[in-house]
Amino acid sequence: MLALILRRAGSSLLTLVLVSMLVFVGLEAMPGDACTAHLGRDGKGAVLEACRERMGLNRPAAERFIEWGGRLLQGDLGTSMQRDKPIAEIVGWRLRNTIVLSAVAVLVGIPLAIFLGVIAGLRRDGSLDHLISSLSIIAMTIPEFISATILILIFAVSLGWTSGVVTIGYKAPVMELVSASILPAATLTLILAAHIMRMVRSSVIDVLDSDYVLMARLKGVPRRQIVWRHVVPNSLLPAISVIGLTIAWLLGGVVIVESVFNYPGLGRLAVDAVGDRDLPLVQAIALLFGLTYVVTNLLSDLVALFLNPRLRTFRA
Amino acid sequence: MTAVLVTLRAILRRPSGAAGLAIILVHLLVALLSPVIIPHDPALQDSSAILQAPSAAHVFGTDRLGRDVLSRTLLGGREAMVISTAATIFAMLWGGLLGIFVALVGGSTDAIVMRVVDAVVSVPWILLVMLFVTALGVGALALIPVLGFSYGLSVVYLARSAALDFVTRDFVLAAQARGERRWTIASRELLPNVRDSLAVQGAMQWSWIFLAVSSLSFLGMGVAPPIPDWGQMISDGRGVMRAAPWTVIWPMVFLSSLIIGINLAVDAWAKVIGIDRIQRAPGP
Repeated sequence: MLALILRRAGSSLLTLVLVSMLVFVGLEAMPGDACTAHLGRDGKGAVLEACRERMGLNRPAAERFIEWGGRLLQGDLGTSMQRDKPIAEIVGWRLRNTIVLSAVAVLVGIPLAIFLGVIAGLRRDGSLDHLISSLSIIAMTIPEFISATILILIFAVSLGWTSGVVTIGYKAPVMELVSASILPAATLTLILAAHIMRMVRSSVIDVLDSDYVLMARLKGVPRRQIVWRHVVPNSLLPAISVIGLTIAWLLGGVVIVESVFNYPGLGRLAVDAVGDRDLPLVQAIALLFGLTYVVTNLLSDLVALFLNPRLRTFRA
Repeated sequence: MTAVLVTLRAILRRPSGAAGLAIILVHLLVALLSPVIIPHDPALQDSSAILQAPSAAHVFGTDRLGRDVLSRTLLGGREAMVISTAATIFAMLWGGLLGIFVALVGGSTDAIVMRVVDAVVSVPWILLVMLFVTALGVGALALIPVLGFSYGLSVVYLARSAALDFVTRDFVLAAQARGERRWTIASRELLPNVRDSLAVQGAMQWSWIFLAVSSLSFLGMGVAPPIPDWGQMISDGRGVMRAAPWTVIWPMVFLSSLIIGINLAVDAWAKVIGIDRIQRAPGP
Protein backbone atom coordinates (compact mmCIF):
# COMPACT_ATOMS: atom_id res chain seq x y z
CA MET A 1 0.00 0.00 0.00
CA LEU A 2 2.70 2.44 1.04
CA ALA A 3 4.85 1.47 -1.92
CA LEU A 4 1.91 2.07 -4.22
CA ILE A 5 1.28 5.52 -2.75
CA LEU A 6 4.94 6.40 -3.03
CA ARG A 7 5.09 5.25 -6.63
CA ARG A 8 2.00 7.27 -7.50
CA ALA A 9 3.43 10.34 -5.77
CA GLY A 10 6.74 9.80 -7.54
CA SER A 11 5.07 9.78 -10.93
CA SER A 12 3.27 13.02 -10.05
CA LEU A 13 6.60 14.55 -9.15
CA LEU A 14 8.04 13.45 -12.49
CA THR A 15 5.08 15.03 -14.28
CA LEU A 16 5.73 18.27 -12.40
CA VAL A 17 9.40 18.31 -13.40
CA LEU A 18 8.37 17.68 -17.02
CA VAL A 19 5.78 20.47 -16.86
CA SER A 20 8.30 22.97 -15.58
CA MET A 21 10.79 21.93 -18.25
CA LEU A 22 8.17 22.26 -20.96
CA VAL A 23 7.06 25.67 -19.78
CA PHE A 24 10.68 26.78 -19.87
CA VAL A 25 11.99 24.95 -22.93
CA GLY A 26 8.84 25.51 -25.00
CA LEU A 27 9.20 29.24 -24.67
CA GLU A 28 12.95 29.06 -25.20
CA ALA A 29 12.36 27.41 -28.57
CA MET A 30 10.13 30.22 -29.81
CA PRO A 31 11.26 33.37 -31.56
CA GLY A 32 11.60 36.19 -29.07
CA ASP A 33 11.95 36.17 -25.30
CA ALA A 34 10.46 37.91 -22.27
CA CYS A 35 12.13 41.17 -23.26
CA THR A 36 11.03 41.32 -26.90
CA ALA A 37 7.51 40.35 -25.79
CA HIS A 38 7.44 43.01 -23.13
CA LEU A 39 9.02 45.84 -25.08
CA GLY A 40 7.18 45.14 -28.34
CA ARG A 41 8.25 47.46 -31.14
CA ASP A 42 10.55 49.41 -28.81
CA GLY A 43 12.62 46.27 -28.30
CA LYS A 44 15.64 47.27 -30.36
CA GLY A 45 19.30 47.94 -29.76
CA ALA A 46 20.38 49.30 -26.40
CA VAL A 47 16.96 49.18 -24.71
CA LEU A 48 16.61 45.50 -25.53
CA GLU A 49 20.16 44.77 -24.40
CA ALA A 50 19.60 46.60 -21.10
CA CYS A 51 16.40 44.63 -20.47
CA ARG A 52 18.13 41.33 -21.25
CA GLU A 53 20.94 42.29 -18.95
CA ARG A 54 18.50 43.13 -16.16
CA MET A 55 16.53 39.89 -16.58
CA GLY A 56 19.70 37.86 -17.01
CA LEU A 57 18.55 36.66 -20.42
CA ASN A 58 21.98 36.98 -22.04
CA ARG A 59 23.30 33.92 -20.25
CA PRO A 60 23.08 30.36 -21.63
CA ALA A 61 19.63 28.74 -21.46
CA ALA A 62 20.76 25.67 -19.52
CA GLU A 63 22.31 27.82 -16.81
CA ARG A 64 19.14 29.90 -16.55
CA PHE A 65 16.92 26.82 -16.37
CA ILE A 66 18.91 25.35 -13.47
CA GLU A 67 18.82 28.66 -11.65
CA TRP A 68 15.10 29.13 -12.38
CA GLY A 69 14.32 25.59 -11.18
CA GLY A 70 16.43 26.04 -8.07
CA ARG A 71 14.62 29.22 -7.15
CA LEU A 72 11.25 27.58 -7.86
CA LEU A 73 12.10 24.93 -5.28
CA GLN A 74 12.67 27.69 -2.75
CA GLY A 75 9.27 29.17 -3.59
CA ASP A 76 10.73 32.06 -5.59
CA LEU A 77 8.66 32.38 -8.76
CA GLY A 78 10.77 35.14 -10.31
CA THR A 79 10.10 38.80 -10.98
CA SER A 80 7.20 40.26 -12.91
CA MET A 81 8.21 42.41 -15.90
CA GLN A 82 5.39 44.89 -15.73
CA ARG A 83 4.96 45.25 -12.01
CA ASP A 84 8.62 44.94 -11.10
CA LYS A 85 7.71 43.00 -7.96
CA PRO A 86 8.39 39.41 -6.90
CA ILE A 87 5.77 37.20 -8.54
CA ALA A 88 5.11 35.28 -5.31
CA GLU A 89 3.89 38.51 -3.74
CA ILE A 90 1.50 39.30 -6.60
CA VAL A 91 0.23 35.74 -6.86
CA GLY A 92 -0.33 34.93 -3.16
CA TRP A 93 -3.63 36.69 -2.42
CA ARG A 94 -5.08 35.92 -5.82
CA LEU A 95 -4.31 32.26 -5.40
CA ARG A 96 -6.33 32.34 -2.18
CA ASN A 97 -9.23 34.07 -3.99
CA THR A 98 -9.23 31.47 -6.76
CA ILE A 99 -9.21 28.69 -4.16
CA VAL A 100 -12.23 30.28 -2.43
CA LEU A 101 -14.11 30.51 -5.74
CA SER A 102 -13.33 26.92 -6.77
CA ALA A 103 -14.13 25.64 -3.28
CA VAL A 104 -17.60 27.20 -3.40
CA ALA A 105 -18.18 25.73 -6.87
CA VAL A 106 -16.94 22.29 -5.86
CA LEU A 107 -18.77 22.15 -2.51
CA VAL A 108 -22.07 23.01 -4.18
CA GLY A 109 -21.44 21.19 -7.45
CA ILE A 110 -20.39 17.74 -6.28
CA PRO A 111 -23.34 17.00 -3.96
CA LEU A 112 -25.71 18.44 -6.57
CA ALA A 113 -24.14 16.28 -9.30
CA ILE A 114 -24.33 13.13 -7.19
CA PHE A 115 -27.95 13.83 -6.28
CA LEU A 116 -29.01 14.47 -9.90
CA GLY A 117 -26.91 11.59 -11.22
CA VAL A 118 -28.45 9.07 -8.82
CA ILE A 119 -31.97 10.28 -9.62
CA ALA A 120 -31.36 10.18 -13.37
CA GLY A 121 -29.75 6.74 -13.13
CA LEU A 122 -32.57 5.30 -11.05
CA ARG A 123 -35.20 6.65 -13.45
CA ARG A 124 -33.26 5.65 -16.52
CA ASP A 125 -35.06 6.66 -19.73
CA GLY A 126 -37.88 8.26 -17.72
CA SER A 127 -38.89 11.81 -18.48
CA LEU A 128 -36.95 13.16 -15.47
CA ASP A 129 -33.80 11.39 -16.72
CA HIS A 130 -34.28 12.85 -20.20
CA LEU A 131 -34.73 16.31 -18.74
CA ILE A 132 -31.64 16.10 -16.50
CA SER A 133 -29.52 14.51 -19.23
CA SER A 134 -30.40 17.03 -21.91
CA LEU A 135 -29.88 19.96 -19.54
CA SER A 136 -26.47 18.55 -18.65
CA ILE A 137 -25.49 18.32 -22.33
CA ILE A 138 -26.49 21.95 -22.83
CA ALA A 139 -24.54 22.99 -19.72
CA MET A 140 -21.47 21.15 -21.02
CA THR A 141 -21.55 22.42 -24.60
CA ILE A 142 -22.25 26.10 -23.99
CA PRO A 143 -18.94 27.89 -23.31
CA GLU A 144 -18.39 29.50 -19.91
CA PHE A 145 -18.47 33.07 -21.13
CA ILE A 146 -21.92 32.55 -22.61
CA SER A 147 -23.43 30.78 -19.60
CA ALA A 148 -21.91 33.49 -17.41
CA THR A 149 -23.47 36.21 -19.57
CA ILE A 150 -26.83 34.42 -19.49
CA LEU A 151 -26.67 34.18 -15.68
CA ILE A 152 -25.84 37.89 -15.45
CA LEU A 153 -28.72 38.73 -17.80
CA ILE A 154 -31.15 36.72 -15.68
CA PHE A 155 -30.03 37.32 -12.10
CA ALA A 156 -28.38 40.72 -12.26
CA VAL A 157 -30.05 42.55 -15.14
CA SER A 158 -33.66 41.36 -15.07
CA LEU A 159 -34.13 40.19 -11.49
CA GLY A 160 -31.64 42.56 -9.88
CA TRP A 161 -30.83 40.06 -7.11
CA THR A 162 -27.09 40.50 -7.24
CA SER A 163 -24.50 42.58 -8.98
CA GLY A 164 -23.15 41.37 -12.30
CA VAL A 165 -19.53 42.22 -11.57
CA VAL A 166 -17.37 41.69 -8.52
CA THR A 167 -16.15 45.00 -7.19
CA ILE A 168 -14.16 43.93 -4.13
CA GLY A 169 -10.40 44.20 -3.99
CA TYR A 170 -8.04 41.26 -3.97
CA LYS A 171 -7.34 41.56 -0.24
CA ALA A 172 -11.00 41.31 0.79
CA PRO A 173 -11.88 39.01 3.71
CA VAL A 174 -12.97 35.47 2.86
CA MET A 175 -16.62 35.96 3.81
CA GLU A 176 -16.96 38.87 1.40
CA LEU A 177 -15.32 36.80 -1.30
CA VAL A 178 -17.80 33.99 -0.74
CA SER A 179 -20.79 36.28 -1.13
CA ALA A 180 -19.19 37.94 -4.16
CA SER A 181 -18.54 34.60 -5.80
CA ILE A 182 -22.17 33.44 -6.04
CA LEU A 183 -22.65 34.03 -9.77
CA PRO A 184 -19.10 33.09 -10.84
CA ALA A 185 -19.30 29.92 -8.75
CA ALA A 186 -22.74 29.14 -10.20
CA THR A 187 -21.25 29.31 -13.71
CA LEU A 188 -18.49 26.89 -12.78
CA THR A 189 -20.91 24.65 -10.86
CA LEU A 190 -23.12 24.27 -13.94
CA ILE A 191 -20.31 22.76 -15.99
CA LEU A 192 -18.70 20.82 -13.16
CA ALA A 193 -22.01 19.29 -12.06
CA ALA A 194 -22.93 18.36 -15.63
CA HIS A 195 -19.72 16.38 -16.12
CA ILE A 196 -19.81 14.56 -12.80
CA MET A 197 -23.55 13.94 -13.02
CA ARG A 198 -23.16 12.06 -16.30
CA MET A 199 -20.49 9.85 -14.79
CA VAL A 200 -22.58 9.12 -11.69
CA ARG A 201 -25.61 8.37 -13.85
CA SER A 202 -23.81 5.83 -15.99
CA SER A 203 -22.21 4.11 -13.03
CA VAL A 204 -25.58 3.93 -11.23
CA ILE A 205 -26.94 2.22 -14.33
CA ASP A 206 -24.01 -0.23 -14.33
CA VAL A 207 -24.48 -1.04 -10.66
CA LEU A 208 -28.24 -1.53 -11.08
CA ASP A 209 -27.48 -4.17 -13.73
CA SER A 210 -25.00 -5.98 -11.51
CA ASP A 211 -25.48 -9.43 -10.05
CA TYR A 212 -25.35 -8.30 -6.44
CA VAL A 213 -28.22 -5.87 -6.94
CA LEU A 214 -30.19 -8.59 -8.71
CA MET A 215 -29.43 -10.91 -5.78
CA ALA A 216 -30.58 -8.32 -3.25
CA ARG A 217 -33.74 -7.78 -5.23
CA LEU A 218 -34.45 -11.51 -5.38
CA LYS A 219 -33.91 -11.75 -1.64
CA GLY A 220 -36.68 -9.21 -1.25
CA VAL A 221 -34.54 -6.37 0.09
CA PRO A 222 -36.64 -3.18 0.05
CA ARG A 223 -35.85 -0.84 -2.83
CA ARG A 224 -34.88 2.03 -0.56
CA GLN A 225 -32.29 -0.16 1.12
CA ILE A 226 -30.93 -1.42 -2.22
CA VAL A 227 -30.46 2.15 -3.35
CA TRP A 228 -28.73 3.37 -0.20
CA ARG A 229 -26.73 0.27 0.71
CA HIS A 230 -25.69 -1.03 -2.70
CA VAL A 231 -26.21 1.42 -5.50
CA VAL A 232 -25.10 4.77 -4.12
CA PRO A 233 -21.82 3.73 -2.44
CA ASN A 234 -20.73 1.56 -5.36
CA SER A 235 -21.53 4.08 -8.02
CA LEU A 236 -19.55 6.82 -6.31
CA LEU A 237 -16.27 4.94 -6.66
CA PRO A 238 -15.77 5.37 -10.41
CA ALA A 239 -17.04 8.93 -10.08
CA ILE A 240 -14.18 9.94 -7.80
CA SER A 241 -11.48 9.69 -10.44
CA VAL A 242 -13.63 11.78 -12.77
CA ILE A 243 -14.08 14.34 -10.02
CA GLY A 244 -10.30 14.79 -9.91
CA LEU A 245 -10.06 15.23 -13.68
CA THR A 246 -13.05 17.54 -13.81
CA ILE A 247 -11.76 19.81 -11.07
CA ALA A 248 -8.49 20.04 -12.91
CA TRP A 249 -10.32 20.80 -16.12
CA LEU A 250 -12.36 23.40 -14.24
CA LEU A 251 -9.16 25.39 -13.79
CA GLY A 252 -9.28 26.37 -17.47
CA GLY A 253 -12.83 27.61 -16.99
CA VAL A 254 -11.71 29.64 -13.99
CA VAL A 255 -9.63 31.87 -16.26
CA ILE A 256 -12.64 32.85 -18.34
CA VAL A 257 -15.17 33.06 -15.49
CA GLU A 258 -12.90 35.31 -13.44
CA SER A 259 -12.44 37.67 -16.37
CA VAL A 260 -16.17 37.80 -17.07
CA PHE A 261 -17.03 38.70 -13.49
CA ASN A 262 -13.92 40.74 -12.82
CA TYR A 263 -13.17 38.39 -9.92
CA PRO A 264 -9.73 39.17 -8.41
CA GLY A 265 -8.17 35.72 -8.84
CA LEU A 266 -5.29 34.02 -10.61
CA GLY A 267 -7.21 33.55 -13.85
CA ARG A 268 -7.89 37.24 -14.31
CA LEU A 269 -4.31 37.97 -13.33
CA ALA A 270 -3.21 35.66 -16.13
CA VAL A 271 -5.38 37.51 -18.66
CA ASP A 272 -4.02 40.85 -17.44
CA ALA A 273 -0.48 39.50 -17.65
CA VAL A 274 -1.02 38.50 -21.28
CA GLY A 275 -2.29 42.02 -21.95
CA ASP A 276 0.86 43.44 -20.37
CA ARG A 277 2.96 40.86 -22.25
CA ASP A 278 4.47 39.86 -18.93
CA LEU A 279 5.95 36.47 -19.85
CA PRO A 280 7.48 35.52 -16.45
CA LEU A 281 4.14 36.09 -14.74
CA VAL A 282 2.17 34.02 -17.29
CA GLN A 283 4.84 31.32 -16.96
CA ALA A 284 4.48 31.25 -13.16
CA ILE A 285 0.68 31.07 -13.32
CA ALA A 286 0.79 28.25 -15.88
CA LEU A 287 3.09 26.36 -13.52
CA LEU A 288 0.77 26.92 -10.55
CA PHE A 289 -2.19 25.60 -12.52
CA GLY A 290 -0.17 22.59 -13.61
CA LEU A 291 0.76 21.97 -9.98
CA THR A 292 -2.91 22.17 -8.95
CA TYR A 293 -3.84 19.70 -11.69
CA VAL A 294 -1.20 17.20 -10.64
CA VAL A 295 -2.00 17.49 -6.93
CA THR A 296 -5.78 17.21 -7.47
CA ASN A 297 -5.32 14.10 -9.56
CA LEU A 298 -2.97 12.57 -7.03
CA LEU A 299 -5.45 13.24 -4.23
CA SER A 300 -8.40 11.78 -6.10
CA ASP A 301 -6.35 8.68 -6.97
CA LEU A 302 -5.35 8.27 -3.33
CA VAL A 303 -8.97 8.67 -2.17
CA ALA A 304 -10.06 6.05 -4.69
CA LEU A 305 -7.25 3.79 -3.48
CA PHE A 306 -8.35 4.29 0.11
CA LEU A 307 -12.01 3.57 -0.59
CA ASN A 308 -11.55 0.69 -2.98
CA PRO A 309 -9.30 -2.14 -1.77
CA ARG A 310 -9.45 -3.84 -5.16
CA LEU A 311 -7.29 -1.11 -6.69
CA ARG A 312 -4.48 -1.79 -4.24
CA THR A 313 -3.30 -4.93 -5.97
CA PHE A 314 -3.09 -3.10 -9.27
CA ARG A 315 0.41 -2.63 -10.59
CA ALA A 316 0.41 0.68 -12.37
CA MET B 1 -18.25 8.17 -51.94
CA THR B 2 -21.27 5.91 -51.63
CA ALA B 3 -20.19 4.99 -48.09
CA VAL B 4 -20.33 8.67 -47.17
CA LEU B 5 -23.83 8.97 -48.66
CA VAL B 6 -25.05 5.88 -46.79
CA THR B 7 -23.77 7.29 -43.49
CA LEU B 8 -25.28 10.68 -44.28
CA ARG B 9 -28.65 9.12 -45.00
CA ALA B 10 -28.52 7.14 -41.76
CA ILE B 11 -27.72 10.31 -39.80
CA LEU B 12 -30.63 12.13 -41.49
CA ARG B 13 -32.98 9.34 -40.51
CA ARG B 14 -32.48 10.20 -36.85
CA PRO B 15 -34.48 13.28 -35.79
CA SER B 16 -31.60 14.72 -33.75
CA GLY B 17 -29.14 14.10 -36.59
CA ALA B 18 -31.41 15.73 -39.15
CA ALA B 19 -31.93 18.73 -36.87
CA GLY B 20 -28.19 19.03 -36.26
CA LEU B 21 -27.30 18.83 -39.95
CA ALA B 22 -30.01 21.39 -40.79
CA ILE B 23 -28.57 23.84 -38.25
CA ILE B 24 -25.04 23.30 -39.59
CA LEU B 25 -26.28 23.80 -43.16
CA VAL B 26 -27.94 27.10 -42.25
CA HIS B 27 -24.74 28.27 -40.57
CA LEU B 28 -22.66 27.27 -43.58
CA LEU B 29 -24.99 29.13 -45.93
CA VAL B 30 -24.90 32.22 -43.71
CA ALA B 31 -21.11 32.10 -43.53
CA LEU B 32 -20.78 31.75 -47.31
CA LEU B 33 -23.42 34.28 -48.32
CA SER B 34 -23.02 36.89 -45.57
CA PRO B 35 -20.62 39.20 -47.47
CA VAL B 36 -23.32 39.53 -50.14
CA ILE B 37 -26.46 39.70 -48.02
CA ILE B 38 -25.47 41.97 -45.14
CA PRO B 39 -27.53 45.20 -45.15
CA HIS B 40 -24.84 47.49 -43.69
CA ASP B 41 -21.08 47.87 -43.53
CA PRO B 42 -20.17 45.93 -40.35
CA ALA B 43 -17.44 48.40 -39.37
CA LEU B 44 -19.40 51.57 -40.12
CA GLN B 45 -19.82 53.60 -36.93
CA ASP B 46 -22.98 55.68 -37.12
CA SER B 47 -22.90 58.19 -34.26
CA SER B 48 -26.52 59.19 -34.94
CA ALA B 49 -27.72 55.61 -34.31
CA ILE B 50 -26.03 54.43 -31.10
CA LEU B 51 -27.61 51.56 -29.12
CA GLN B 52 -30.81 51.62 -31.16
CA ALA B 53 -33.43 48.99 -30.43
CA PRO B 54 -34.26 46.58 -33.27
CA SER B 55 -36.15 48.38 -36.04
CA ALA B 56 -36.78 48.07 -39.75
CA ALA B 57 -33.49 49.83 -40.57
CA HIS B 58 -31.48 47.76 -38.07
CA VAL B 59 -33.27 44.43 -37.61
CA PHE B 60 -31.04 43.35 -34.67
CA GLY B 61 -30.48 46.92 -33.42
CA THR B 62 -27.15 48.73 -33.18
CA ASP B 63 -24.24 48.51 -30.73
CA ARG B 64 -22.47 51.11 -28.59
CA LEU B 65 -20.63 52.52 -31.62
CA GLY B 66 -23.73 52.58 -33.80
CA ARG B 67 -22.70 49.55 -35.84
CA ASP B 68 -25.38 47.26 -37.30
CA VAL B 69 -25.68 44.15 -35.10
CA LEU B 70 -27.34 42.04 -37.82
CA SER B 71 -24.49 42.54 -40.28
CA ARG B 72 -21.88 41.89 -37.63
CA THR B 73 -23.68 38.76 -36.37
CA LEU B 74 -24.01 37.31 -39.86
CA LEU B 75 -20.29 37.82 -40.49
CA GLY B 76 -19.20 36.95 -36.95
CA GLY B 77 -18.55 33.24 -37.39
CA ARG B 78 -16.44 33.28 -40.54
CA GLU B 79 -12.97 34.03 -39.22
CA ALA B 80 -13.35 31.64 -36.27
CA MET B 81 -14.60 28.91 -38.63
CA VAL B 82 -11.56 29.25 -40.87
CA ILE B 83 -9.16 29.24 -37.90
CA SER B 84 -10.91 26.22 -36.35
CA THR B 85 -10.85 24.27 -39.59
CA ALA B 86 -7.15 24.83 -40.12
CA ALA B 87 -6.33 24.10 -36.47
CA THR B 88 -8.46 20.93 -36.49
CA ILE B 89 -6.68 19.59 -39.57
CA PHE B 90 -3.34 20.27 -37.90
CA ALA B 91 -4.46 18.68 -34.60
CA MET B 92 -5.86 15.55 -36.27
CA LEU B 93 -2.78 15.12 -38.46
CA TRP B 94 -0.09 15.32 -35.82
CA GLY B 95 -2.15 13.82 -33.00
CA GLY B 96 -3.49 10.99 -35.13
CA LEU B 97 -0.14 10.10 -36.68
CA LEU B 98 1.73 10.21 -33.37
CA GLY B 99 -1.00 8.21 -31.60
CA ILE B 100 -1.05 5.46 -34.25
CA PHE B 101 2.74 5.42 -34.39
CA VAL B 102 3.31 4.97 -30.64
CA ALA B 103 0.57 2.34 -30.49
CA LEU B 104 2.35 0.38 -33.22
CA VAL B 105 5.88 0.78 -31.87
CA GLY B 106 5.04 0.34 -28.19
CA GLY B 107 7.73 -0.20 -25.60
CA SER B 108 9.79 2.63 -24.19
CA THR B 109 9.10 5.02 -27.09
CA ASP B 110 5.40 4.73 -26.28
CA ALA B 111 6.03 5.21 -22.54
CA ILE B 112 8.22 8.29 -23.00
CA VAL B 113 5.95 9.98 -25.52
CA MET B 114 2.85 9.42 -23.41
CA ARG B 115 4.65 10.69 -20.31
CA VAL B 116 5.43 13.95 -22.08
CA VAL B 117 1.88 14.22 -23.41
CA ASP B 118 0.57 13.67 -19.85
CA ALA B 119 2.76 16.50 -18.62
CA VAL B 120 1.69 18.98 -21.31
CA VAL B 121 -1.96 18.13 -20.73
CA SER B 122 -1.66 19.06 -17.06
CA VAL B 123 -1.36 22.72 -17.97
CA PRO B 124 -4.93 23.81 -18.84
CA TRP B 125 -5.27 24.52 -22.57
CA ILE B 126 -6.14 28.14 -22.06
CA LEU B 127 -2.94 28.86 -20.14
CA LEU B 128 -0.91 26.95 -22.70
CA VAL B 129 -2.47 29.11 -25.40
CA MET B 130 -1.94 32.26 -23.35
CA LEU B 131 1.74 31.40 -22.89
CA PHE B 132 2.20 31.13 -26.64
CA VAL B 133 0.06 34.18 -27.37
CA THR B 134 2.18 36.27 -24.99
CA ALA B 135 5.34 35.15 -26.72
CA LEU B 136 4.12 35.12 -30.33
CA GLY B 137 1.49 37.85 -30.34
CA VAL B 138 -2.20 37.75 -31.22
CA GLY B 139 -3.60 36.81 -34.62
CA ALA B 140 -5.01 33.99 -36.68
CA LEU B 141 -1.57 32.88 -37.81
CA ALA B 142 -0.45 32.39 -34.20
CA LEU B 143 -3.73 30.76 -33.12
CA ILE B 144 -3.74 28.00 -35.74
CA PRO B 145 -0.49 26.26 -34.68
CA VAL B 146 -1.09 26.96 -30.99
CA LEU B 147 -4.64 25.56 -30.90
CA GLY B 148 -3.72 22.76 -33.30
CA PHE B 149 -0.93 21.77 -30.96
CA SER B 150 -2.88 21.92 -27.70
CA TYR B 151 -5.98 20.18 -29.04
CA GLY B 152 -3.88 17.57 -30.82
CA LEU B 153 -2.80 16.28 -27.42
CA SER B 154 -6.16 14.66 -26.73
CA VAL B 155 -6.13 13.25 -30.28
CA VAL B 156 -2.89 11.43 -29.39
CA TYR B 157 -4.69 9.58 -26.59
CA LEU B 158 -7.66 8.76 -28.80
CA ALA B 159 -5.71 7.61 -31.83
CA ARG B 160 -3.41 5.56 -29.62
CA SER B 161 -6.20 3.76 -27.78
CA ALA B 162 -8.16 3.24 -31.01
CA ALA B 163 -5.07 1.79 -32.71
CA LEU B 164 -4.17 -0.34 -29.67
CA ASP B 165 -7.42 -2.24 -30.19
CA PHE B 166 -6.01 -3.48 -33.48
CA VAL B 167 -2.22 -3.86 -33.11
CA THR B 168 -2.52 -7.35 -31.63
CA ARG B 169 -5.07 -8.54 -34.20
CA ASP B 170 -4.07 -11.27 -36.59
CA PHE B 171 -4.05 -9.10 -39.71
CA VAL B 172 -1.51 -6.74 -38.18
CA LEU B 173 0.63 -9.62 -36.94
CA ALA B 174 0.40 -11.14 -40.41
CA ALA B 175 1.55 -7.91 -41.98
CA GLN B 176 4.46 -7.77 -39.55
CA ALA B 177 5.31 -11.38 -40.34
CA ARG B 178 5.26 -10.56 -44.07
CA GLY B 179 7.93 -8.02 -43.25
CA GLU B 180 5.88 -4.95 -44.18
CA ARG B 181 7.36 -1.65 -43.17
CA ARG B 182 5.87 0.21 -40.20
CA TRP B 183 4.61 3.01 -42.39
CA THR B 184 2.77 0.52 -44.61
CA ILE B 185 1.23 -1.21 -41.60
CA ALA B 186 0.14 2.09 -40.10
CA SER B 187 -1.39 3.41 -43.32
CA ARG B 188 -2.80 0.19 -44.82
CA GLU B 189 -3.83 -1.86 -41.80
CA LEU B 190 -4.42 0.52 -38.89
CA LEU B 191 -5.62 3.75 -40.47
CA PRO B 192 -8.67 2.27 -42.25
CA ASN B 193 -9.79 0.74 -38.96
CA VAL B 194 -9.46 3.83 -36.82
CA ARG B 195 -10.53 6.27 -39.54
CA ASP B 196 -14.21 6.43 -38.60
CA SER B 197 -13.73 7.03 -34.90
CA LEU B 198 -11.05 9.63 -35.63
CA ALA B 199 -13.38 11.38 -38.08
CA VAL B 200 -16.14 11.59 -35.49
CA GLN B 201 -13.68 12.84 -32.95
CA GLY B 202 -12.37 15.37 -35.46
CA ALA B 203 -15.84 16.86 -35.83
CA MET B 204 -16.14 17.14 -32.04
CA GLN B 205 -12.65 18.62 -31.92
CA TRP B 206 -13.69 21.25 -34.45
CA SER B 207 -16.48 22.46 -32.16
CA TRP B 208 -14.14 22.67 -29.16
CA ILE B 209 -11.55 24.59 -31.12
CA PHE B 210 -14.30 26.89 -32.34
CA LEU B 211 -15.31 27.50 -28.73
CA ALA B 212 -11.69 28.09 -27.81
CA VAL B 213 -11.32 30.69 -30.57
CA SER B 214 -14.53 32.40 -29.43
CA SER B 215 -13.42 32.35 -25.79
CA LEU B 216 -10.06 33.83 -26.76
CA SER B 217 -11.77 36.49 -28.87
CA PHE B 218 -13.91 37.24 -25.85
CA LEU B 219 -10.76 37.73 -23.79
CA GLY B 220 -9.26 39.94 -26.51
CA MET B 221 -6.68 37.38 -27.64
CA GLY B 222 -8.46 35.90 -30.65
CA VAL B 223 -10.04 37.48 -33.71
CA ALA B 224 -9.04 41.13 -33.60
CA PRO B 225 -11.16 44.11 -34.70
CA PRO B 226 -12.17 45.34 -37.26
CA ILE B 227 -13.13 41.77 -38.24
CA PRO B 228 -16.40 41.07 -36.35
CA ASP B 229 -16.54 37.94 -34.22
CA TRP B 230 -19.20 36.54 -31.90
CA GLY B 231 -16.97 36.23 -28.84
CA GLN B 232 -15.60 39.70 -29.40
CA MET B 233 -19.14 41.10 -29.87
CA ILE B 234 -20.34 39.54 -26.61
CA SER B 235 -17.36 40.98 -24.77
CA ASP B 236 -17.99 44.35 -26.38
CA GLY B 237 -21.70 44.40 -25.55
CA ARG B 238 -21.37 43.27 -21.95
CA GLY B 239 -20.99 46.78 -20.59
CA VAL B 240 -24.20 47.97 -22.21
CA MET B 241 -26.31 44.84 -21.98
CA ARG B 242 -28.61 46.32 -19.35
CA ALA B 243 -29.71 49.02 -21.80
CA ALA B 244 -29.18 47.08 -25.02
CA PRO B 245 -29.43 43.31 -24.47
CA TRP B 246 -29.66 42.71 -28.24
CA THR B 247 -25.96 43.46 -28.58
CA VAL B 248 -25.12 40.24 -26.70
CA ILE B 249 -28.17 38.07 -27.30
CA TRP B 250 -27.82 37.63 -31.08
CA PRO B 251 -24.17 36.57 -31.13
CA MET B 252 -24.96 34.21 -28.23
CA VAL B 253 -27.87 32.66 -30.14
CA PHE B 254 -25.73 32.15 -33.25
CA LEU B 255 -22.73 30.71 -31.42
CA SER B 256 -24.80 28.40 -29.19
CA SER B 257 -26.94 27.13 -32.04
CA LEU B 258 -23.87 26.25 -34.11
CA ILE B 259 -22.31 24.32 -31.22
CA ILE B 260 -25.56 22.53 -30.36
CA GLY B 261 -26.10 21.67 -34.02
CA ILE B 262 -22.65 20.10 -34.27
CA ASN B 263 -23.21 18.17 -31.06
CA LEU B 264 -26.54 16.78 -32.25
CA ALA B 265 -25.11 15.77 -35.62
CA VAL B 266 -21.95 14.22 -34.19
CA ASP B 267 -23.97 12.29 -31.61
CA ALA B 268 -26.15 10.84 -34.33
CA TRP B 269 -23.09 10.09 -36.47
CA ALA B 270 -21.40 8.25 -33.61
CA LYS B 271 -24.50 6.14 -33.03
CA VAL B 272 -24.80 5.36 -36.75
CA ILE B 273 -21.27 4.00 -37.04
CA GLY B 274 -21.53 2.29 -33.65
CA ILE B 275 -19.16 4.28 -31.49
CA ASP B 276 -20.84 4.40 -28.12
CA ARG B 277 -18.28 6.48 -26.32
CA ILE B 278 -17.30 9.78 -27.78
CA GLN B 279 -15.43 12.30 -25.76
CA ARG B 280 -17.87 14.92 -24.63
CA ALA B 281 -15.59 17.64 -23.41
CA PRO B 282 -12.04 18.76 -24.07
CA GLY B 283 -9.40 17.01 -22.02
CA PRO B 284 -7.57 13.71 -21.80
